[in-house]
Amino acid sequence: MVPTTYFLILAAVIFGIGAVGVLVRRNALIIFMCVEMMLNSVNLTLVALANHWGNLDGQIFVFMVMAVAAAEVAVGLAIIMAIAQHKDTTNVDEINLLKW
Amino acid sequence: MTLLLFAALALVALVGAVGVLVSRNPVHSALFLLLNFAMIAVMYFLLSAQFLGMVQVLVYAGAIVVLFLFVVMLIGGNIGPLRSESRPLARVAAITLGALFLLAIVLGVAGNLPVAEEAVGAPDAGSVQAIGEVLFTTYVLPFELVGILLMAAMLGGIVLARRYIPYRPHDANNEEER
Repeated sequence: MVPTTYFLILAAVIFGIGAVGVLVRRNALIIFMCVEMMLNSVNLTLVALANHWGNLDGQIFVFMVMAVAAAEVAVGLAIIMAIAQHKDTTNVDEINLLKW
Repeated sequence: MTLLLFAALALVALVGAVGVLVSRNPVHSALFLLLNFAMIAVMYFLLSAQFLGMVQVLVYAGAIVVLFLFVVMLIGGNIGPLRSESRPLARVAAITLGALFLLAIVLGVAGNLPVAEEAVGAPDAGSVQAIGEVLFTTYVLPFELVGILLMAAMLGGIVLARRYIPYRPHDANNEEER
């Protein structure tokens, strides 16, 4: 058996890499991929703890998170596509219409 | 043996995660993301969550990564600079913040997890039957709501990604163009 802590640490590291990606990269698509990665690492945490406590609720929650992630990807990618058609860029530094 | 498998999977998952970050080409990023998702799916099997492992492969590796690839192909592969040119310090600040954040999480997680009292990790704990029984009894209302959410998202996606056609009811030329 692999100790649950190892899964938690791996998930934390993937989450951190995703967070750095969101902060560093300027391409909206890559930022979106990093957000997906962070969601996934939290899912891993939930499954690891569900296994640790012998409880199914964590797995149900992961199922819900996956459904929400699918919805979020559909809408988010549609928004990115609309922006790309409108402004011809996906660089978030240039998408600053709402910035004062 | 299992530990060795875990180490190998974790290594590949981390390679995938870093690959998403450092790839210049968004298509490569999407493929590294696929690698990361696949490794996490195998980890779900290690954690005796078979149903979620299959759903991970179907939804994340199947649907989401393919959707990303579609959009990358539609928008075009060459999308802007790797990092911000207008704010050169942003990268340093981001990496410092990210490293501190990572340190905080790892220190918070490591070591102080209480040991479960009962024997856990039954091999069929996450089978389709077990998940289905809980999902259709205790959690039936959230399950139904997820259906509504997905439909709303689908309609939203269609409306947003549609080609922009200005609405001009009094323009006679508009009719001829179509």
